[in-house]
Amino acid sequence: MTANLQLTEDGRLRHLLTLEGLPARILTQILDTAESFVSIGEREVKKVPLLRGKAVFNLFFENSTRTRTTFEIAAKRLSADVINLNIATSATNKGETLLDTVANLSAMQADMFVVRHASSGAPHLIARHVAPHISVVNAGDGRCAHPTQGLLDMFTIRHYKGGFHNLRVAIVGDVLHSRVARSQIHALTTLGCPEVRVVAPRTLLPRDVDSMGVHVHYTMATGIKDCDVIIMLRLQNERMQGALLPSAGEYYKYWGLTEDKLKLARPDAIVMHPGPMNRGVEIDSGVADGKHSVILPQVTFGIAVRMAVMSMVSGGGA
Amino acid sequence: MKIHIKNGRVIDPASAIDQQLDIYISAGHIVGMGSAPANFHANAEIDAAGLVVCPGLVDLSVRLREPGLEYMATLESEMHAAAVGGITSLACPPDTDPPLDEPGLVEMLKFRAKNSPGPRVYPIGALTWKLKGERLTEMAELSEAGCMAFSQADAPIVDTTVLLRAMEYAYTFGFPLWLRPQDYYLARDGVVHDGVVSARFGLPSIPVPAETVALQTILLLVRETKARVHLCRLSSRAGVEMVRRAKEDGLPVTCDVGIHHVHLSEMDTSDFNANCHLIPPLRSQRDRDAIRQALKDGVIDCICSDHAPVDANAKEKPFQESEAGATGVELLLPLTLKWAAETGLSLTQALDRVTRRPAAILGVDAGQLAVGKPADLCLFDPAAGWTVSNKTLASLGKNSPFLGMELQGRVRYTVIDGHIDFKSNHG
Repeated sequence: MTANLQLTEDGRLRHLLTLEGLPARILTQILDTAESFVSIGEREVKKVPLLRGKAVFNLFFENSTRTRTTFEIAAKRLSADVINLNIATSATNKGETLLDTVANLSAMQADMFVVRHASSGAPHLIARHVAPHISVVNAGDGRCAHPTQGLLDMFTIRHYKGGFHNLRVAIVGDVLHSRVARSQIHALTTLGCPEVRVVAPRTLLPRDVDSMGVHVHYTMATGIKDCDVIIMLRLQNERMQGALLPSAGEYYKYWGLTEDKLKLARPDAIVMHPGPMNRGVEIDSGVADGKHSVILPQVTFGIAVRMAVMSMVSGGGA
Repeated sequence: MKIHIKNGRVIDPASAIDQQLDIYISAGHIVGMGSAPANFHANAEIDAAGLVVCPGLVDLSVRLREPGLEYMATLESEMHAAAVGGITSLACPPDTDPPLDEPGLVEMLKFRAKNSPGPRVYPIGALTWKLKGERLTEMAELSEAGCMAFSQADAPIVDTTVLLRAMEYAYTFGFPLWLRPQDYYLARDGVVHDGVVSARFGLPSIPVPAETVALQTILLLVRETKARVHLCRLSSRAGVEMVRRAKEDGLPVTCDVGIHHVHLSEMDTSDFNANCHLIPPLRSQRDRDAIRQALKDGVIDCICSDHAPVDANAKEKPFQESEAGATGVELLLPLTLKWAAETGLSLTQALDRVTRRPAAILGVDAGQLAVGKPADLCLFDPAAGWTVSNKTLASLGKNSPFLGMELQGRVRYTVIDGHIDFKSNHG
């Protein structure tokens, strides 16, 4: 049903809500389309007219700087009109319901909603209620999904490793609260990655995480050993106290990625991070800035991937 | 009013009857079964050919949403919906606004219910003031006002001392406590089972120990105090096993399950269907299978609708922000029949779980067809199919996980206190 909601009757991308249930064909098509957009950023005139005359509304019910900015850049490079709404501080605070807010904005001739919301499933709810010509792109919902981040991570992996079929990938950190990790796991398993690991103390893993097709490791020693790709997750400040973790210090000692621990991985391993990083908490500065790190290219690729998604849900693209 | 119900297939689990019999009703009571009493002249005849005639259903948890929550549903609308569902006696939990923690509120509710058509209404009093879990209510006064038992509904008692004192005080008078086992801290902000779906969607979860830890506390205190406790809405296999052992040990406990938990599992919460946002959460298929088995073998005594009508606005929200609950009074009978059919049980065994047994737990003279008993009956067509929809549901709450599904078994007449309270236009 979720997959149906995302695809048109003839199998094209209609909304992007989650990577779960999307066929490998679509994921690959997005990555291929993004490939063609990468070079645009290197041109003097960084624009193509694919979304000319379309109105893209950035609906951020939760604060964000990086994701909102990259969506805005992506939309502008496609020549769309971009309207940013910081709803975290407006309508819903006056008691308006989510669906009323969306109905009002639809009446302003929106063509696309880019939605971030603190509750899992909010973009699905919106997608079920919008007019047929409006597309919804999920920019992060609750702990559920962050599909464009997952896609840009796949783009990055494919860029550096050529594909997914022989890879060992470790996702390290707070999987329980991470929408990014969930999107990465769905994408990796769909694209044929043979071994996806999650590495964290048990307090930061969902109880039935193995049902998602990943291998569970509690220590870095076994978790990142011989890995081709290491994805570090951000540890939110508020998780570092209370009963989830005793301290940031102990977390860094056992699960932080240091030069020493990195030696366990394959010599050509890449290190990724969705940002923003907590240096000295989940990742050592030397590693973040070191030769294995592809953290900044991730950000650059993020624009091309979002351009690909926006052009495809608008009916264009490859 | 004298009613002659003829040609029906009479099924009464309490008297082990399953045969074609005529029933004669006068002045609110059954006055004849099989043969008419002398000088009986009916004002009304019901031809029940093709219908099952059984005791009216007794539902242990129906929210009428009054006082205070009339934006969701009203007492009149939900009492009518209950009658449409064949229910003739219902218990309403105290989670109204304000909660049923004062005799005046209970008297008002009884008065309102008595002056409306529909089932007999039995209030369950709040166990603590404002359901806060801190100060005991005036249980004896509330009992005099009409409360049948005392409950926290879905509100927690965080302080275990309060729970112990509540049991001791209730024991003094022999009042039963109706408790839904859920540990406050383990459940907290959770909205789904801690399992496959919560792993995939990242929805805040309620682990099984939220039920079992609380259950263990309750059972140990029952052992200590000998208070009578009815355990409400079991949801897990582990919980069912604990109740099984407690009953084997002879503890004075009974228990029920909500009808939705007999049929659905966490997989039904996939796709963020807010109509499957229930309390307690729908758990794994293994848990559901254990509930079905326990219901069959009697560890779980009875089924209730756990009726919770919710307005559309409160459901059209992201799953975790949506109001919990499902409409249920009109689904109790067909879903009970569905469970029995799938489990290979007879109609008698199925109806036992919604008539005789809940009546015994509630402690009312209901759930039996016999001369001299109150004339509360349900006449239904076991073969009639109907589709659950906004239009077919009489309840103001259209919030059902079964919307769009076809179910079998539809009530044709509901007789309450010797009057035809509901007569279907269909069939």
